[in-house]
Amino acid sequence: MNEKNMIDEERHYSQVIEEESVCTAENIVYEKPSVLLDTPMHYCPGCGHGVAHRLIAEVIEELGIQNETIGVAPVGCSVFAYNYLDIDMTEAAHGRASAVATGIKRVFPDKYVFSYQGDGDLAAIGTGETIHTCNRGENILVVFINNGIYGMTGGQMAPTTLPGMKSTTSPFGRDTQTMGAPIKMTELIANLPGTYYVTRQAVNTPVNVRKAKKAIMNGFKYQTLKKGLSFVEIVSNCPSNWKMTPRDANKWMEDNMFPFYPLGDIKTPNKEN
Amino acid sequence: MKELRLMKGNEALAEAAIRCGCDAYFGYPITPQSEVLEYLSNEAEKRTGMVVLQAESEVASINMVYGAAGTGKKVMTSSSSPGMSLMQEGISYIACAELPCLLVNVMRGGPGLGTIQPSQGDYFQTVKGGGHGDYKLIVLAPSTVQELVDFVDESFKLAFKYKNPVMILSDGALGQMMEKVELPEQKERENIEYDWATTGKPKNKDRRVITSLHIEPDKMEEINIHLQKKYKTIEENELRYEKIMCDDADYIITAFGLVARIATKAAEMAREKGIKVGVIRPITLFPFPTKVISEAANNIQGILDVEMNAGQMVEDVKIAVAGKVPVEFYGRMGGVVPTPDEILEALEKKLVGELA
Repeated sequence: MNEKNMIDEERHYSQVIEEESVCTAENIVYEKPSVLLDTPMHYCPGCGHGVAHRLIAEVIEELGIQNETIGVAPVGCSVFAYNYLDIDMTEAAHGRASAVATGIKRVFPDKYVFSYQGDGDLAAIGTGETIHTCNRGENILVVFINNGIYGMTGGQMAPTTLPGMKSTTSPFGRDTQTMGAPIKMTELIANLPGTYYVTRQAVNTPVNVRKAKKAIMNGFKYQTLKKGLSFVEIVSNCPSNWKMTPRDANKWMEDNMFPFYPLGDIKTPNKEN
Repeated sequence: MKELRLMKGNEALAEAAIRCGCDAYFGYPITPQSEVLEYLSNEAEKRTGMVVLQAESEVASINMVYGAAGTGKKVMTSSSSPGMSLMQEGISYIACAELPCLLVNVMRGGPGLGTIQPSQGDYFQTVKGGGHGDYKLIVLAPSTVQELVDFVDESFKLAFKYKNPVMILSDGALGQMMEKVELPEQKERENIEYDWATTGKPKNKDRRVITSLHIEPDKMEEINIHLQKKYKTIEENELRYEKIMCDDADYIITAFGLVARIATKAAEMAREKGIKVGVIRPITLFPFPTKVISEAANNIQGILDVEMNAGQMVEDVKIAVAGKVPVEFYGRMGGVVPTPDEILEALEKKLVGELA
């Protein structure tokens, strides 16, 4: 089918939909959360960032805390997170998002503060800030997107790149003898008494999306308890730099990432307290 | 009623921070300025509720400052030279995002780990922009413990007036020495809501974003042009300097901070020997008293610039003098403080003798 025919066909279906008038208020089962802006996202097709952003927006909307929330964007693919979320946000230097969030939370202890960071930001250049922010038990939420690769700079090895996994800087696969083993940051910080809620989730299936949303919801709610830091890792994909189709990337993630980074709660208030 | 106290420079600075209603301090221990963090840890929270947090590094401190300054609070940090080097990236972000904050560098001798003794080796780093990109700090150089105290409130006023980081450039001697100070009265901590501050999106208003990222070159150039325009305004409005015994002077010593006091003693000694010497002390290092030095150069034989470094401010003095008269330099490095005798000797040898 050539391009013109495709466009004609699309027009045809959109007319059919209009004629049948199914686009009515009572028929809406799913819509854009008001906290998500209309800005088209720059993320690649199939990337998990968009879903994770949406979940944050849904949670902020449902909790009614849009006017009391301050987010901190990292350096990495989600550097422009502030272009998509309709909340006050600060864009931090590479790795420093949790320190920036600390500064905000300390002067406004009753506001909701979260950082949103990738694996390079949180587990390489920002390791020190991550560990110490967790250790101080800052009453913030850290959302950690782990896709095992540097996305924005074009596919270099990340601290969480799997053993044997190829990247532009581990072209023959990650050799753990010379490049170190991937850091399980979430298990690591769960050992610190300052963390209150630590969980690892994913956004690859509707069920997982719902679980991830619940985790993010907890992370915001727990801030009011002032009992420590909530840490939500989302194991994600990178179709572009993994050089896979979105479908294959999700399959690869399930087959390779999940066994190494198992999903589920690592530390919950019920278990610990 | 005046409250007079005998105080160590670092502690006086910390006391001034509490009294001016500072909201938060984030810092990391480093000699010779650790007393600032210690004093605040002991005093601040119980007296005003000021947040005092010992960070895990200077890198973390400056980024905590960045976050907190973005909420419109009065926020500060202090460090000494190696720690200040670590903060440079964050300072560049803060300058670009146009956030007000107070930075204090109690300089020690470098390079490297150097020494814990006083130095002025960070003039270039502070005045020329130690971090990446084109930005400027407003820089105040105190020469007494009293000025250390007075400059705290002054710095916050400038920082908020121009939404720009302000640096108090102190040194290890000033930080450690005790002098009589008159303390200001305790001010209430303010609770001002700024329209640019990220405190939670106001109802029915646009969200606020604090960023230094503008990926489109045209937009980034626009930001740069705006910043340069602001720095020009600061140059026009905020120059502070002191001229000592300059009216009839044949020679002028230029010096900042503590060294200006030593130079003043040297100038007095020179006058006892019949050599008419004055001192020009830039109080703001940015903006720099270029015009003041340029005009002074019209009526003198020469200038001796004295610093505790290998010759940094002297470059700006030379730009101001523009070849009108000889500009010589005398400096001690690595934590050594020059004596008045040495300065007088350098003046006689390098200028008076040469030109006679």
